[in-house]
Amino acid sequence: MKSGSRAHCHRGKTVRRIAVTILTLLALSVLYDDAWALPVSSFLEPAGPVAAAQKNHFIWVTLITLIVVLPAIILTPYLAWRYRYGAKKVAYKPKWAFSWLFEILIWGVPTIIVLILSVPLWNSTHQLDPYHPLASTQKPLHIEVIGLDWKWLFIYPDEGIATVGEMAVPVGRPIALDLTTDTVMQSFWIPALGGQIYAMPGMRTKLQLLADRPGQFRGLNSQFNGMGFEHQQFLTVSLKDDAFKNWVQQVKSRGIPLNTGRYGTLNKQSTRAESFAALGTPAMPQDILYFSSVPPNFFQQVIARYRSGHPLPPGDQPGTKAHGGHSTPSPNGKTGLGT
Amino acid sequence: MTASDLWHLVFGRLGLQSLPFWDMIQHPTPSHIINGIIATGAAAVVVIGALVTVFLITKYRKWGVLWSDWLTSVDHKKIGIMYIVLAFVMLARALIEALLIRTQQADGLNGGFLSADHFAQLFSTHGTIMIFFMAMPFLIGLINFVMPQQIGARDVSFPMMNSISLGLTAAGAALVMVSLVLGKFETGGWTAYPPYTEAAFNPGPGVDYWIWAIALSSIGTTMTGINFAVTIYKKRAPGMTLFRMPLFTWTALCTAILMIFAMPPLTAVSLMLALDRYLDFHFFTNGMGGNMMNFANLFWLFGHPEVYILILPAFGVYSEVFSTFSGKRLYGYTSLVYATMAIAVLSFTVWLHHFFTMGQSANINAVFGLLTMIIGIPTGVKIYDWLLTMYQGRVRFTVPLIYALAFSVLFVLGGLSGVLLANPSIDFQVHNSLFLVAHFHNMLIPGLLFGMLAGYHFWFPKAFGFRLDERWGRLSAYLWISGFILAFFPLYALGLMGMTRRTVSYFDPAYTPWMLVAEVGALVLTAALTTLVIQLIVSIRERKANAVPVGDPWDGRSLEWAIAAPSPEWNFPVIPTVTDRDPFAVAKAQHTAYQSPPAYEDITLPTNSAMGMIICVVGGLLGFALVWHMWWLAILSALAVPVAVIAKSFDTRTEKVIPAAEVRQQHQAWLAQARQETPISRQLETSPDNHGLADNTIAEAST
Amino acid sequence: MSAGNVNTEALKHPGINLGEAHGEAHTQAEGVVFGFWVFLMSDFILFGLLFATYATMVDHTAGGPGPKALFDLKSISIETFALLLSSFTFGMASLNLKHGERRKPIILWLLATLMLGLIFLGLELHDFSSMIDKGAGPWRSGFLSAFFGLVPLHGLHVATASLWLIVMLVQMGVFGLTPRVKTRLLRLGLFWHFLDIIWVGIFSIVYLAGLS
Repeated sequence: MKSGSRAHCHRGKTVRRIAVTILTLLALSVLYDDAWALPVSSFLEPAGPVAAAQKNHFIWVTLITLIVVLPAIILTPYLAWRYRYGAKKVAYKPKWAFSWLFEILIWGVPTIIVLILSVPLWNSTHQLDPYHPLASTQKPLHIEVIGLDWKWLFIYPDEGIATVGEMAVPVGRPIALDLTTDTVMQSFWIPALGGQIYAMPGMRTKLQLLADRPGQFRGLNSQFNGMGFEHQQFLTVSLKDDAFKNWVQQVKSRGIPLNTGRYGTLNKQSTRAESFAALGTPAMPQDILYFSSVPPNFFQQVIARYRSGHPLPPGDQPGTKAHGGHSTPSPNGKTGLGT
Repeated sequence: MTASDLWHLVFGRLGLQSLPFWDMIQHPTPSHIINGIIATGAAAVVVIGALVTVFLITKYRKWGVLWSDWLTSVDHKKIGIMYIVLAFVMLARALIEALLIRTQQADGLNGGFLSADHFAQLFSTHGTIMIFFMAMPFLIGLINFVMPQQIGARDVSFPMMNSISLGLTAAGAALVMVSLVLGKFETGGWTAYPPYTEAAFNPGPGVDYWIWAIALSSIGTTMTGINFAVTIYKKRAPGMTLFRMPLFTWTALCTAILMIFAMPPLTAVSLMLALDRYLDFHFFTNGMGGNMMNFANLFWLFGHPEVYILILPAFGVYSEVFSTFSGKRLYGYTSLVYATMAIAVLSFTVWLHHFFTMGQSANINAVFGLLTMIIGIPTGVKIYDWLLTMYQGRVRFTVPLIYALAFSVLFVLGGLSGVLLANPSIDFQVHNSLFLVAHFHNMLIPGLLFGMLAGYHFWFPKAFGFRLDERWGRLSAYLWISGFILAFFPLYALGLMGMTRRTVSYFDPAYTPWMLVAEVGALVLTAALTTLVIQLIVSIRERKANAVPVGDPWDGRSLEWAIAAPSPEWNFPVIPTVTDRDPFAVAKAQHTAYQSPPAYEDITLPTNSAMGMIICVVGGLLGFALVWHMWWLAILSALAVPVAVIAKSFDTRTEKVIPAAEVRQQHQAWLAQARQETPISRQLETSPDNHGLADNTIAEAST
Repeated sequence: MSAGNVNTEALKHPGINLGEAHGEAHTQAEGVVFGFWVFLMSDFILFGLLFATYATMVDHTAGGPGPKALFDLKSISIETFALLLSSFTFGMASLNLKHGERRKPIILWLLATLMLGLIFLGLELHDFSSMIDKGAGPWRSGFLSAFFGLVPLHGLHVATASLWLIVMLVQMGVFGLTPRVKTRLLRLGLFWHFLDIIWVGIFSIVYLAGLS
């Protein structure tokens, strides 16, 4: 008995130590967030109306659903303990198996909750429809996004520029994105601004975003697409109007023209850092590519290639081994953001 | 013909590069060596495990027993047990993979120790195995073992087909195991979305392993569904109307119906991908009119009902467990039946919620979102039905009930995240993130796995005649529960922090602490499986002390408890007549249990058949040959299937007769033993005094 | 429990005459035939999915030939006629199975069915090969992939059914008209008619709609 209690005491200490470690780790994770000042990557810190509405919706649905969830969590241990085998002075009715009152409650309450939840579901799905233009007095900024293995190419058709690894947007102006890929299926996502949408070869999908404050936000691909998948991240920078115009000028002056040859290098399987090593110039920021001009209808041609009716020879299909590039990037290649 | 031509003719594209240590020898960098050692170690475990098994069977001269008592047996109980053994073996592998995945990600800030390719194979095999070769065999095994006994039948409707189903599933599982030794597995996740899995992007054998493993198990499962549904419709004991069936049987029926309708889409989609890859079709390719969105639709047309195929039998187990261990009738039986049916029907109407982000119109997304939330209603009803079953009962905290309580608390949290995911606008933010991973593990571990483990503890004595060790069982249950919480709740947070699934490494240090907690969880889960193995060893050692030969260790309520443990080969010496729900509980209350029947009759049973094993071997060879392009072997094994079936159809000796005298002798011996035993109160339920005869005077006194 | 009070008439399977003395056989036939219906339902889903895939891909010709350029209504009509007639001949075999005692008429009707089935298969194979000769194989486009996923799957079913029919002819010779052989013939009949129904779907959705 004695040794048992000592063991118990010892176990208590171990448990406490584990608990303290976990709590420390959790606290550290909060600190890390501030200390490292990484780009925001969660819709719980929204930087635009879409993500803010999603956050709001997230919280409300959680709270309303808790009405049916919490009682189950509380009642399970309560009922099990109250009606435990050894309990004294509690009723025992082994044949009781039905009550209209309970029946109406257990069907009725969840039904009402679902009815209540269905209204915001319907409305938010329509309001936050990625195809639905955002209400604004300003004309949307049009960006065409092409997913490649393993980076995104952003084309600004009206500005005549393109970038890889950095997508700048003006604060307060809606952004209308058209998306496709020149390889396998991908999913485009900037958590702090709004939700994700698939990008698929030969097809065009759409996404509407708006940044309502200046800042840096992480963007990424969330659909696994091969061995450099985790590197397919980019920085979204929201800039005040003048700063944005300045940025466009910077891209024009510091960039190189995008042409078929350079695109042929870019669309080989490679991480952003590897593409930069192949195409980057000292004038460009580290691991970010600037293109000062883009051939006309470039985005449309990428889509059209998959609709031509002619088979693509293996070498002409970006993302394949036959097309070149590294099918496996160096395992420890770092393409972190905000560094 | 050169030697190389000959090699290709015989072995297809199999070569030295297919061996797990080849990379490491060719490129001896530290990273390649680490990954090579892990891969070679895994392959060695498979090969050595197989060799040791063969050696032990040979040494103890068990080949004969194995062949005639197990592999060729068409007895639903033995097939059920073999399914569950398969499930446990595959669970061990997939859990180790999970531990590797967690360890990699815990170490994954800017790198880690695993290569991206290795990591991708790990999450792909982990998912494929857990769904198709752990969860499915487990629940099919449990239904196989329990359902015929619950409805008072002697076997399923098509015993030989049952054995073939097992053979096909085992062949699929074998292919996944072989992929550890020869070549690599698929890397695009358990869903294997094209175009990534098309020949252009992934020409190697990995995707083909996935295709044939899935196709084999899918066909096997379709046959299982037909078998179960027909058994339940046609083989119930007299008086067992549909609304007198135990709830586990109801869920088995709904699961079977789902299998019949939901497995064909999986068969179709895997074979269509095969046509794309082998014969240059364009179902899902980039260009030439292919459309990958059809894959997503077809896959989830299977995939969503599949979720309910997995969860409904677990709901059935919980229904039995809550009622039995509360010493009470199940609350709201009719409600539960309708809720189960509603879930089964609705499960076909929500597949699109797996890809809200594919660019459909808001109207379509909203309708599918609403339908998804509606499924939450019958599921919520079920939870409250079980809680009300405990209300005014006498709850005993045995191992199955501990699992059931943990399920009830944790599953509703998964339901909460499910309701969130049902909202397209929220889904846009958590799709493909670890939030989603946390959600479905939250449904499948407390839902399916805890249910299966509860069922394993609950019916083990019926299968083998002795109880599992209670103390190890409790320890294991607590480890499963705490391990799950530690491993998956951090993933909710990580998902909300924007971390995607399937990422080998990450660059945000804020993720690391959560990942470390999840790693601790994975270690605890590994310990949980270990304790389960220890429990089995301890229980087998103490089988005499824990024997429950009379067959009713838990004061059971349905027919399976009314017979000896282990159950006789023919289950019921005389087919019972049913007059009520909970027939055995009623019989015990009316003192009509354990009585001699007026007469015994000869019993006809199906004879053993090697068909299951033949199909298993031939199917496995066919899959293997197709993976490696050994066309001669593929043609031979494909031809062997119809030849075997036709040959079997000429065999007329498919039944054997057990003489009435033998049945009488065995039954009378068991009855005599039951009369000798002292009925045991529920207090002594988990003590060696429990020989399987229950004292239910309390239940009678307080009505 | 006793089987005595169960109405044996009610258990008799309507499609089959197993004789008065085989109450047990009727009960078993009930389960086996019901099981086969369930299998057909599952198979029907498989075809349904391929029909749906075809419907979504019919316009995905990727610049290649479409239905109008490929389908030969004459050949299709003969195939349809052969298959529909084979359902009739199998029906005659089934009637003889239920009401007759003699093997000979059953065998003759089954042989006629088999011949019609083989004619269908031969013509269908000819259709496929002439399509491939025109460069319209499954690799040409999504539309043709969907076509070659759906129509040959039906053909494969007909080939299986024909093989089954041959096996049954042999079994009738070896075993005679035992209850087992009878229930197998009954199931084969269901399968054969089921394939006819699928063909009607293919004829209308693939061929008629394609040519209209």
